[in-house]
Amino acid sequence: MNATQERRQRWRQGVEERQRSPRSLWRFAAPQQFYPLAGRLAPWFAAAAAVLAVAGLYLGFFVAPTDAQQGEVYRVIFLHVPAAWMSMFLYLVMAFWGIVGWVLNTRLSFMMAHALAPTGAIWCFIALWTGALWGRPTWGTYWVWDARLTSQLLLMFLYLGYLALTRAIEDPRRADRAGALLAIVGSINVPIIYFSVKWWNTLHQGASVSLTRAPSMATVMLVTMLIMAFAAWFYSIAVALWRVRTIILERERHTDWVAAELDRLAAKEKG
Amino acid sequence: MGAVFLAMLRREMALAWRGRTDVLLALSFFVVVVCLFPFGIGPEANQLRAIAPGVVWVTALLASLLALPRLFEHDLRDGTLEQLLLSPEPAVVWVLAKVAVHWLVTGVPVALFAPLLAGLYDLQPDVLPLLAGTLLLGTPTLTLIGAIGAALTLGVRSGAVLLALLVLPLAVPVLIFGAGAVEAALGGVSYAAHLALLGAGMLAAVALAPWACVAALRLAVQ
Amino acid sequence: MLEALALTCIKGDRILFRDLTHAFRPGVLTRVAGPNGVGKTSLLRLLCGLAQPDEGEVRWQGTPLAAQRDAWHRAVFFHGHLPAVHELLSPRENLRSLAAVQGLPHDGAAIDAALGELGLARQRDLPVRVLSAGQRRRVALARLVLAQERPVWILDEPFTALDAAAVAALARRIEARVRDGATVVLTTHQDVEFACPCDTLEPGRFAPRRKAA
Repeated sequence: MNATQERRQRWRQGVEERQRSPRSLWRFAAPQQFYPLAGRLAPWFAAAAAVLAVAGLYLGFFVAPTDAQQGEVYRVIFLHVPAAWMSMFLYLVMAFWGIVGWVLNTRLSFMMAHALAPTGAIWCFIALWTGALWGRPTWGTYWVWDARLTSQLLLMFLYLGYLALTRAIEDPRRADRAGALLAIVGSINVPIIYFSVKWWNTLHQGASVSLTRAPSMATVMLVTMLIMAFAAWFYSIAVALWRVRTIILERERHTDWVAAELDRLAAKEKG
Repeated sequence: MGAVFLAMLRREMALAWRGRTDVLLALSFFVVVVCLFPFGIGPEANQLRAIAPGVVWVTALLASLLALPRLFEHDLRDGTLEQLLLSPEPAVVWVLAKVAVHWLVTGVPVALFAPLLAGLYDLQPDVLPLLAGTLLLGTPTLTLIGAIGAALTLGVRSGAVLLALLVLPLAVPVLIFGAGAVEAALGGVSYAAHLALLGAGMLAAVALAPWACVAALRLAVQ
Repeated sequence: MLEALALTCIKGDRILFRDLTHAFRPGVLTRVAGPNGVGKTSLLRLLCGLAQPDEGEVRWQGTPLAAQRDAWHRAVFFHGHLPAVHELLSPRENLRSLAAVQGLPHDGAAIDAALGELGLARQRDLPVRVLSAGQRRRVALARLVLAQERPVWILDEPFTALDAAAVAALARRIEARVRDGATVVLTTHQDVEFACPCDTLEPGRFAPRRKAA
C-alpha cells in the first residue's frame, strides 16, 4: 500500500507543479485561472471590434465608390464576405481546440470549442442571408445554387449538427469529445465538399451571374473588406471569451471557487 | 487479426440471416419513395427521365440512413459492445467486419434493385448498369460515414434524427459524383473521373472511417 | 499489480468518489462494497478501462492503462452487468465469436468443455432466446471458464440470477483462481463466503461533500 500511496503522491505533485508554475502557460489550462483572464481580455477585443466596425462601415457605405453595374446594393459584400470567412475560420478553430482537448486531455479546450460554435453558426447565417439579400436586387432571385453559397449552406448544417450533438449528449465528457470528433471529421470534409460542389455547379451550368464574380476591386473596397474581417474576428474572440466564462461557471459548479464567484455575482446584482 | 475479422463476419452473417426480414426494410423504403415522386412531380415522361438518376441516388442515401441506427444499438443494449471494445486486437478490425455485413444487407440490395426502379422512370437502358455500378461504389462510403454518425449518436435521445443531420452534409460529395456519373453518361460525356473519385472516396473511407468509429464507440460506453 | 491512483468519478452533479487510491494485490480477492448508487459499477468500469476517470489514473504493472491498451486487454477479464449474449445466436455461437474477438481459446473442444462445466451441454445449440435468465447468465459465465488463465478478473455482480449450486460452484472457482495468484475484484449483493485472502474497498468512504479547487 505504501508504494502505491507514494506513486499517487508523485502523480498528484506532477499535475500540480504543471498548473502552479508561475512561468508556465499551462496554468491557464485550468478553468479557474482562465476565467479572470478571459474577463480582462474580452472588453479590449470588444472595443477594438467596435472601432474597426465603425471605420469599416463608414468606408463601406460612404467612401467606397458606387459600382458601375450593381449600384449601391453591392455594399452588402462588406458584411457578406467577412461573415463567410469567419464562419469557415471558426469551424477550423473549433476543430483545432477539439484536437488539443483530446490529445492533452484539457477540458478548457473543449469549453472553448463549445463557446465558438454558436458564433460561427451565426456568421454562417449572416453570410447566407446577406447573400440572399444581394441576390434579389441583382439578378431577381433570392437564392442561386452557386458553389460558394451552397458550400455555405452545407457548412450551416455542419454547425447545426455540432450544436445538436453536443446538446443532446448528457455526459459532458462524452459530449465534448463527440463534438470534437465531429468537428474534426467535418473539417476534413469541408474542402472535399467545396471541391465537389464547385464541380457540380460548373457541370450544371448554373446562374450566369454569381457571387464569385464580384466587382473588380478598387483598393478602397479591399481595405474595407479587410477592416471588416478583423472587426468580425475581434468580435468573435470577445463573444467567445464571454461565453466561455459562462460555460466555465456551469461546468465547474461543484467547486468552491465557483460557488464563491456565484455568491459574489449575486451580491453585486442585489447591491 | 484475421481470426477476429472472420469470427465477427461469421457472427454478423448469422445474425443477418436470422433477422433477414430486416433487408426488406431498406428495400421497401427505397421502392416506396421512388414511386412517390411522380405523384408529386407529375407523370410527364421527359421530366421523370431527367430526374431519374438524382431521385434514385437521393433515395438510396435515405434508405441507407434508415438502417444505420441499428448498427450498434443492439450490441450496446445487451453489453456485447463493451466486451468487443475489450478486444486485444485493434477494434477497427471487428468494426470493419460489422460495417461490411451491414453494407451487404442494406447497400447491395439497393444497388441491385436500382436499375429496376429507374426503369419505372424510363431511364435509358444503356446507363442502367452504370447506375448500379455507381451505387455499388458509393454505398460503402455512405455506410462508413454513416457508421461514424451511428457511433456518435449511439444511445443519445432522438439519435436517428440527429444521425441524419450529421451524415447528410458529409454524404453530399458521394451523391454529387454518383448521380453525376450517370448524368454525364446520359450527356455523352466521359464519366471516368466520377468513378475514379467515387473509388478514391471509398478507399479513403475504408482507411479512415473505422478509426473515427472506434473513437466514438469508446465514448459511447463510458 | 493493478493500482488505482487518485481516482475521481463525477456523474452529473454528484461526485461519486474523489482521490480513491488502492492497490489490488495479486492473490487477494478485493470486494467492492457499499449500498446502491455509491459507485461500485463505475469503479469497476474505470478499473477495466472502459470508462475514463475525471481525475487520476489506473495502472497495471506500473504503466497507465491507456499506454498499453492491447496488453491490458490480454490480461483482464471483465464480467459486466449485461450478459453480452445475443438471443438469436446459440450459446456456442455466442461464445465462439466473443472468445475469438477477445483472444480467448475458441476452438470447439474448449467451448464445449466450458459450456459443459456450467451445465449447458444440452442447450448449446439452441437459440438463447429460449433459455431462462439463469441459463443466459451461465452462458456469460462460460467465458469466465475460457478466461481461466487471465491474471485479472473484474466481475460485476457475477452471482445474479444463479441458483445456490451455481453460486457455490462459481465461488469455488473464484477462490481457486485467487489462490493461484490472480487479482480478482468483484461486487456482489449476495452473502457469499470466500475461503481465500480477502480485502474490502468501499468507494463511499471517498465521497466528499464538495470538491476543492
